[in-house]
Amino acid sequence: MDLANFFIQLLNSVQYGLLLFLLAAGLTLIFGIMGVVNLAHGSFYMLGAYMAYALTGAWDNLALAILAGTLISISLGWLLEKLLFRHFYHRSHLDQVLLTFGLIYIFEELRSMLWGDDVHSVGVPAVLDWSIQLTDTLSYPAYRLFMLAICTALALGLWLLISKTKLGMRIRAGAFNSDMAQTLGINIVRLHSLVFAMGVALAALAGMLIAPLSSVYPHMGSQVLIMCFVVVVIGGIGSVRGALTAALLVGLVDTFGKVLLPQFASMLVYVLMALVLLYKPEGLFKQ
Amino acid sequence: MSAPQGHLETLPRSVQVLLGLGLIALLAFPLAGQDFYTQMVTRMMILAIFAMSLDLLQGITGLVSLGHAAFFGVAGYVLAFLSPADAGASWLTSLPLAVLASALLALVIGFFVVRTQGIYFIMVTMAFAQMVYFLFFDNKALGGSDGLYVNVRPAALGLDFENKQVLYFFTLACLVLTYAFLRRLLWSPFGRTLNGIRLNEHRTQALGYASFSYKLTAFTLAGALAGLAGYLWAAQSGYVNPELMGFHMSAHAIMMVILGGMGNVAGALIGAFGFELFLHFFKDLPKVGEFDLGKHWQLWMGSLIVLVVVVAPQGLMGMLRPRRSQDD
Repeated sequence: MDLANFFIQLLNSVQYGLLLFLLAAGLTLIFGIMGVVNLAHGSFYMLGAYMAYALTGAWDNLALAILAGTLISISLGWLLEKLLFRHFYHRSHLDQVLLTFGLIYIFEELRSMLWGDDVHSVGVPAVLDWSIQLTDTLSYPAYRLFMLAICTALALGLWLLISKTKLGMRIRAGAFNSDMAQTLGINIVRLHSLVFAMGVALAALAGMLIAPLSSVYPHMGSQVLIMCFVVVVIGGIGSVRGALTAALLVGLVDTFGKVLLPQFASMLVYVLMALVLLYKPEGLFKQ
Repeated sequence: MSAPQGHLETLPRSVQVLLGLGLIALLAFPLAGQDFYTQMVTRMMILAIFAMSLDLLQGITGLVSLGHAAFFGVAGYVLAFLSPADAGASWLTSLPLAVLASALLALVIGFFVVRTQGIYFIMVTMAFAQMVYFLFFDNKALGGSDGLYVNVRPAALGLDFENKQVLYFFTLACLVLTYAFLRRLLWSPFGRTLNGIRLNEHRTQALGYASFSYKLTAFTLAGALAGLAGYLWAAQSGYVNPELMGFHMSAHAIMMVILGGMGNVAGALIGAFGFELFLHFFKDLPKVGEFDLGKHWQLWMGSLIVLVVVVAPQGLMGMLRPRRSQDD
């Protein structure tokens, strides 16, 4: 592997890692604070990608589509939390698994009714539809760089929100000990709605951002969901910092594995997870 | 986790009658049914064995595995590997080998996973199953993403699985034996200890039971029984692919167990049949005007699952339970 190629793979792995982080951040907080196993998290990613497809089709403007899609997904998250998830925080994990698996069915069918079962693609916006020539044969698309920048900004923003603001302090308190946080006067009900809506929006955002790069297809949520679980478990449930570290680690292992060991690449991530759990049964950054 | 609930281990008379009637119906069914329906019911019985094997972990021991399909699939692959291209394998050798392979895999994976708890157990079992899934998915030598064919179905002792009725009754025998075995196990000292682990692992340990080895044994046993189901599945469909070990298959089993009500084996059995019947019912729904109800079966199935978990958290069998003991 020469230097240019290595560089490209490195950028790809960081970009994949940050994308996973957007998904896993919400998932780990929902796990950590509300104690909910949310298998439907991947569906929000899928819905995001399909919203990007439908909204760019209507307006031909990705930025506007992303903005509208984010607002829609925040409302969806808010509503779902109020109507369903709120009643499952104290139920067993099994009930949560069942509920969210039922939701996967429902979301997939709604997707099929609204947009059909075909594979779609979303155009890269004209402003970003160019690439940087690295060598004579290798180039790097500008949209990927743009996505890298956006994901970095979002990750940074989330980190600032969690570690530097008052709201972040409440969220961390909630993740650390929900009952104690409530006793100390934190409105935990509102915090739950907020965290859930934020998680849904981040997942949908990840789907909207990836739409121009990969195609938009049915069941795109399940593969990414399993990856996110791996990230959450490696990072330690409830830890945003852990999710970031683990997401980047998984991105590296997966991307380079696919180049160096194509036959075992998809297994490597799970081997990594098994190893981490063997030495740190509660993940790298268990709070 | 919410407080552990009683699991109707002593079956109410109504359920006993239902099971008896069900057995008679299953015995008589092939005499009346066409091949298509015989195959459909065979598949339901196989899934019921699979669901009962999961109930040993999920309902009896309290270990929610989201990777149980790995053991189901591996046994099917073993049959595919052992089947010559132009003849059937002998089930006298291939069946024990397939079950053994699943048991061994469960023993190895179990060694790592049973030390984790709660959410971590769910996640880790899923990760290991995905590992196995991708091992088969990415390697052409193991069939790759297309899977493998079992060209000729197994036969031995004059029982040829190419004959659909023979396979039907063989599967029925396996179903009855698995049920009887697990019911017997439920009330054995071993089963009582597993139940103790589900209710309170620390107390069970304090009573002197090495919970690790009990859980590992249960995990291995459940894997072996899932292997039995997987073997029958491959023998019936004549075809294996990685999806048999996938996430959806594992979740399918969990849903069957919960739908029926877990921890008493009978619930898993009823849940498996119930789930499949609902599935067929929804898929066969007619067109209403322009709207094809059957095409959108996922919506009805999904809504049913959500409904069950919201209104009947203890499954179909939980609804049979007398009102006053529901509050404990």
